[in-house]
Order: sequence, then structure tokens, then C-alpha cells
Amino acid sequence: MRRMLLILTTVFASLPIVAAADDAPPIEAYQQWTAKGHAIQEPLGGLKGDVARGRKLSIDSAKGNCLACHRLPIPEEEFHGELGPSLVKIGKKYDEGKMRLRIVNIQELLPSSLMPPMYMNPAELTEVAKKFHGHTVLTAQEVEDVVAYLMTLK
Amino acid sequence: MKLKTAILLGAGLASALSCASTFSADVFSGYTLLKQETKEMQDDDFMNQGMETVVKGAALFSAMGKNGKSCTTCHGEGGKKLDPKRIAQYPVLDTNTKRPITLQQRILNMWAEQVGNGPLKYESADAVALETFVRNLARGQVVNVQIDGAMAPFYEEGKKLFEKRVGQLNMACNLCHDDHAGELLRAQVLSQGQTNGFPTYRLASSSVIGTQTRINQCYKSVRAEEQPYGSEAFTLMELYMNGRGNGLKIETPAVRF
Repeated sequence: MRRMLLILTTVFASLPIVAAADDAPPIEAYQQWTAKGHAIQEPLGGLKGDVARGRKLSIDSAKGNCLACHRLPIPEEEFHGELGPSLVKIGKKYDEGKMRLRIVNIQELLPSSLMPPMYMNPAELTEVAKKFHGHTVLTAQEVEDVVAYLMTLK
Repeated sequence: MKLKTAILLGAGLASALSCASTFSADVFSGYTLLKQETKEMQDDDFMNQGMETVVKGAALFSAMGKNGKSCTTCHGEGGKKLDPKRIAQYPVLDTNTKRPITLQQRILNMWAEQVGNGPLKYESADAVALETFVRNLARGQVVNVQIDGAMAPFYEEGKKLFEKRVGQLNMACNLCHDDHAGELLRAQVLSQGQTNGFPTYRLASSSVIGTQTRINQCYKSVRAEEQPYGSEAFTLMELYMNGRGNGLKIETPAVRF
């Protein structure tokens, strides 16, 4: 909890993309982010989200996979999970900054949460399968896409 | 959801303060979450596809080994001299190593040392078949793993592993299986992750699998590094998971999604 209150240094460094071993996709430089007041106000990397892409990512089980645990207004998909709260009107509940922190790493707010952090520093994770070494679940752009999509749910 | 989260947080705090170590929720078998047709499949030995593995295990159990004997030489035809209550106590404390040993590891040791057939790989098809046959002899017995005394520290270590966040998804077994059993993860109902039906027939893979293979399947889902079978960590986890289900009836071979 204390960590959340700290104002971290924001480093939106434009580091070059590092090529990964084998057939893994290239590792994107991790963007540091600042959590303040239960929110991350600045878009990751200063990127702008895309609503349509965000909706697709929410369904994609290899990406955001929001549907595994949450209900969403996506009627063409069956079987919405129920481990987490419904997101049907989530855009009314949070502003963009609060939404971003919850997607990036809800464990900053709720250390016991089972929700996987979508953008946690890979260096802080343990026993990660080799093909995912150095990767966040979503890229910075994908986080912004999902934020943009969820903000439309009102 | 808010209320529920508050309760969970409260419960977590209370258990941290009291150092309570046993899994306190009422234990229930994954059987109770099955669709009626799957229950019927498990209950009828002619429909239960795991029974093929029991039959295969029985054949291995009576197959003559290089030392001129088979498992039946000591344990009787069809393992009738084996004590089902003892089978239900696995993993047990190994008197030689003073560490826990799983049922499959015990069988593998016997297979190599007594029957003389050379090593079988942990979780290989033959190893799982032998374990399934033996564990099926204890079907209906109550899981009764020692978790106190000399076993207590190992049980606690297993619990720590069960509750350790791993993988890119940074998840731990207990987050789903202690706190959300019975709820839907997409189309799948989460179980408590009990092991009373193991080795179990998985409809998803059309095969009988052991506990440690099932753990690795979950590890893969959370994008964690899969662990070697028969490892110390997996032995401890299997001990914890079995002990956590003390009181449940053995269903081997269970049928699960």
C-alpha cells in the first residue's frame, strides 16, 4: 500500500526495441509509470488508445482476456466469467486514470487481488515461462486501447 | 463484490494474525460441480474411460519383472494384500529419507528396486497407470494424510508453494481455488483443486493424468515455468493438496473437464 502513495519517477524513455531470442516477439522496453491518488493519470508512453482494438483485446484469450473473469457488453461471445465485478458500466465508475491503474496492476490497490497485472515490471515477476520472459501481458499501446474501450462502457 | 472483497481481506488478515495454517473452508469434491451426465460417466465403470487405465495398470502390476517377480508377488493378486486405508494416507513420511513421498514415487521406487524393471519416468503413461490402479483399490476410502507431527513442516512448505504468486500472470493457486471455487472462469466452473479423484480422467485431454501434470497445466495457464515431475517442490505441493482435502472420499479414476 505504501508503494502506491509514493510518487515514482516517470520515465517515458524512448528506448530501442530489443530483439528477443528464438521465435518470441521482440521485447518492448518497459515504460515506468506513476501511481498517485489510486490512479495513473498519464497514458503509458504518452500513447493514445483505440476503442475498437481495445474491445478485441478484451475478448482475446491470449491478450487481455477480460471475459475470463468479467461480464462485458459483448453479446456475440458466450460464457462471460464471474470471478470479478461486471464491467458493463465500468466507465461510469472510474475516470481514465483510475481505470488505467486497475488494468496496469490492481495489486497496487488490493495486494490480495487475483487479477493478473496487465503491465507489471517483468523484472519483479518470478518463475515466468521462458517464452514470456521480459514481456508484460499487454503492451503499453494495448493497455491504452483497453482503457479507451472500457471508458466507453457507460 | 465490494463486500466480498472486504470479507476476503478480513479473512486474510485474521489468518495472518492467528497463523492459522489449515484450509478452513468446507472441503468439497470437484464431483459436486459436475454436470449430471459427467457424474453418471464417472459412476459407471463401463462408461468411465479412466477404467481403461486401471486395467492397464493391473496388467503392469502383475507383469513379471527382471528380478523374477511382479508387484503381485508381495502384494497379492490384484493387490489384495495392500491396505486401502494406507493408500489413502499418501503422501506419507518415508522412513528412510525422513521426507514425504508420493504414492507414485513409492511405486516407481518399488518398480526399479524390487521388480527390477529399470526406472519408469514420473508421470509417464505406465507410471500413471500403475498409480491409478493402486489408488483405485482405495476408492471410497477417506483421504487421511498426516499433516501434524513430523509432517507439519512439510505441509506448511507445500502450503507456501500453493500460495506463492508465479508466472507472467502473477497468480497463486489459492487465489482461485480457496477463494472462488464454484464460480465461473469463462465457461469452466472453478473447483477447490482437490486431489481426491487423482489420477483423473480429463475430458479436455482424453487421458488420465496425475496430480503433478495437472499442476503443470495450471502453471502453463498462468504462464509460469513448468516444474520437473517428482521434484521436491511438487512432492510438497501434492502433500499439501492431499492433506487439504482430508475427509474427502477417493474417487480414482474421477472424470473431470
